[in-house]
This record gives sequence, C-alpha cells and structure tokens, in this order.
Amino acid sequence: MTYDLVVIGAGPAGLAGAVAAAGAGRSVALLDRDGRPGGQFYRHAADGRPARGQHGWRTFLRLRALCVDRGVRLLTGHQVFAVEAGPPHVVHVEGDDRLRADAVLIATGAYDRQIPFPGWDLPGVLAAGGAQALVKGHRVLPGRRIVVAGTGPFLLPVAAGLATAGAQVVGVFEANNPLRFARFPGLLARHPDKLVEAAGYLAILARHRVPLHTKHSVVAAHGTDELVAVTVAGAGVERRIDCDTLAVGYGFTPQVDLGLAFGCATRLSGDGGLVLAVDDRQATSVPGVFAAGEVTGVGGARLAVVTGTLAGLAAAGVVGRPRLRRERARQMAFAAALPSVYPIPDWAGGLAGDTVVCRCEEVRLDAIRTAVTELGARDARAVKLLTRAGMGWCQGRVCGEPVASVVANLTGVRPDATALAAMTRRTLTQPIRLGELADTEENG
Amino acid sequence: MTDHVVFDGKPLPLVAGQSVAAVLVAAGVRSWRTTRVDGRPRGLFCGIGICFDCLVTVNGRRSVRACVTEARPGDVITSDDL
Repeated sequence: MTYDLVVIGAGPAGLAGAVAAAGAGRSVALLDRDGRPGGQFYRHAADGRPARGQHGWRTFLRLRALCVDRGVRLLTGHQVFAVEAGPPHVVHVEGDDRLRADAVLIATGAYDRQIPFPGWDLPGVLAAGGAQALVKGHRVLPGRRIVVAGTGPFLLPVAAGLATAGAQVVGVFEANNPLRFARFPGLLARHPDKLVEAAGYLAILARHRVPLHTKHSVVAAHGTDELVAVTVAGAGVERRIDCDTLAVGYGFTPQVDLGLAFGCATRLSGDGGLVLAVDDRQATSVPGVFAAGEVTGVGGARLAVVTGTLAGLAAAGVVGRPRLRRERARQMAFAAALPSVYPIPDWAGGLAGDTVVCRCEEVRLDAIRTAVTELGARDARAVKLLTRAGMGWCQGRVCGEPVASVVANLTGVRPDATALAAMTRRTLTQPIRLGELADTEENG
Repeated sequence: MTDHVVFDGKPLPLVAGQSVAAVLVAAGVRSWRTTRVDGRPRGLFCGIGICFDCLVTVNGRRSVRACVTEARPGDVITSDDL
C-alpha cells in the first residue's frame, strides 16, 4: 500500500507530525529504529515508566494515545537505510521492507556533538546523551564517579538525572558562561519555563552536592585501557580529577542524512551545524518531503512538537493555526540565542597532533593537518579521500564537523553548507549486509 | 530466577528490554572490542546508535551495535575483534 504520509523518527517531532496528519484523515506510518517510541527526549524503560524528573511526559502519553486513536501505524524496530524521491517516495527499511508514500516527514533528531581531545577514545568516555540514555532507557548507570562536561543547557538534565539515579557526579564543567544570557535582555522573561526548568536541575545538583563550574573544559582523559581521570582547565589553571566516567557533549549535530539522500536543500544553523532548509510549512525543497524538530535547527522538544504538528498538517494540506506559528517563532527566538551563549570552543589550533580525530579509522590530527598543509586539501571531503577520516563505520557522523573545523583552522575559511553536506551525504545511511542489498535490488 | 546472557563465556544478568550495551555496562564491562589499527579497546560511546564504537557479536551475528540491540535471555555475546 502507499501511505499518505510516512514519518521517520518517533520522537517529539515525529509523534506530533503523525498525530496531526492522522487527525486530518490521512493514512500515516510512523517509523522508529528503537523498540519503543519516544526518541531521545521521551526515552523510557521497557516497563513504560519514565525516569524520575522526566519533562513533558504527559505530552508524550497524549501523543502516543492519539496515535492509537487516529490509526497511526506505529512501526518500531524499523531502521531506515535508504530513501528514493518520488512520487511516490520510497523508504527502505532494514530487513527487506519498504514503504511507499505521497509525503515523507523527516524527524530523525540529533545526536551529541563532540570535539576531540587526548584520550576521548578511552572506554569510560561517553556522550552526554548516551549516558542519559542508559539511565532513562535501561536504568543502568554508566559508572560510579562521573564528570559531566561540554557546553549547553543539556548538561544540566544529564547531570541531574545521573545524580538522581544514584551516581556520584563529581562536577559539571560548562565551557561557557550562561550569564551571557544577559546579552539578550528580556529573553528569559519571555521564556519563564526555561528558567524554571533550569532552576529545577540546579536544585537537584545542589541537593546532591554537585558543583557547577562555568568556563571550564575537559582538556584530556587519562587511562591505559579505561578512563581513570580527566584534566579540566579553566581560569588559567589545570587540575586532574579522578573519575571512571566522563559524559561529554558540545550541543547537538542534527541527523540530516536522509534529507540529503532525498536531495533536500540545506543551510548552516547558528551553531555552524548543517540543517535542512524548510519554508513556513516545514516543507523542504523536495516536493512532498517535510522536516521537523532538530533536523531543521536544534531547539528542544517543545519546538519539535510545534514544528512536527505544523509539518503533519502541511503534509495533509492543512494550514496550521496562527497560534502554532507564533509559538514556533517564540521557541525559535530562544533557540537562536543559544549559539551566542554556548559557542563551541575553538579547539582545533592548540590540540596535540597525536590526538585521534576519526575514531573509526583511527586518523590522528597530524595526518589531517598534513593533508591540508602539504597535500593541498581545501575541504573536509578532500581530507577524507586523503586520510580516510570519515570513511569508517559511522561514515563521518562523529568526525565530520571536527575535520571541517581543522581545515577551517588551517585555511581560515569556515566550512559552508556545501562542504558539510559533502561529509554528511551517505548513499546508504546505515551499513547493511550485502545479502539485504541484493534482495533490495532483485525486488526493486 | 533472573534472566541471563552469556558474554565471553560468563553469565551476566539481564533485565527485560535492556540493550546488549546496558547489560554489559551494568555488569561492569567497559569495553568489548579492539580497534583494527592500534588494537585499542572500545565500548559504549555515543550510546544512541550513531558512532558504531560498541560493535559486538550476538549469537554469531558480527558487528551489531550493542547500544541499539535488545538483549534476549540466553543470547551468546562475544567481544568483536575487527
């Protein structure tokens, strides 16, 4: 059968989009790789209960119930590995399954952005979102003595969640200074919910005696075969902190590869990341392909629900209410300030040359620098071809932006959307077994 | 009786619905493969299916992501050397 709409990703944006389109009478399939809907934000354990302190849980329960009421076909455990632009659009799912649709909504979210530092490949160093996912989805602590570091408002719920679940959080090290919000007079007053939420996390940290250090970064991780300590630097002083786990992240990288596979136009967002360009209806440049949530610009779950709703309505041919558009604009205004408050530290210049940059292919910084300074590479894609950085299992998801940053540091030219897209374009967005690919060809 | 998986010959307890990575981390296992070039240990990194650091062999199926693969009672999990 051909669906009116196939939604890829069952997080806040995807759930909202599916519910909106189904409410307008459209046939909708909602796909997610995971075994349960919710995405990263509404991630929960198999017994259906959320982690303590989960925000937006009632919204999730409402959206999930509406999916059932409105006949959305929820297909969990469905990993999309390729798409073809239509009409009809074709969505290929691992396990030799495919869906056809008049419209597709890309709601694939984002993942933690990383910047390389010595020792970041040691077991025990993990993404802030990964640490949170263990607690929220599995009720497992990633370690006992944990340092949380990086930048962005997300570090607070990660640290609060770990502390609440029983970990000893040794400290939160925020590279930036949240007092920079003062540069945006009135912004927090227009978003009191954000202040209340942050205050809640800070209260939890205070209760668990977790110190918050601003303008401090982790500059090295130490250990032979696993993490035993990190070095943090701030105010001109370095100190070593014993820990078995580091949860680190510098904001988020939107997962836009399916949009690129469709041929959707992209743009750079305020934090320098690559996002899908959408119009007022959340429509991409490809007819019938819509996008919502973090893939159109990182802005959090509330914005994702609003953009997802607008996208689902637009896919059903319904114009969203002015109230929804106003709420989208309000949430986007807050999101637009975040890159100024929490900029990604400039790391590429001063880092030791033997630091691993591409974890998959184990390409070190020196090799990338040589590709630029001696072999003439002028963009990340040329570096990739010369060094294999970005050619491994993850296909540049983790090192794509870092490699582009190294090139920019040496050439003085910031990567544009085209350069980042070249590191993000993946014919097959997931590695699949050759047998499955052969089946796809035969049956195609 | 608790459900178990077997990791490199050792039984590890399993809570229904947990990922392979969650079962390993809960049991104190920090790494379960070594890298191809430098032979370095790797375990969980991104935790959400992005980075492919956590590749492992489950019931003979090689190179699956431990973080997005649900563990089932009786699964035979072996560390991966790529």
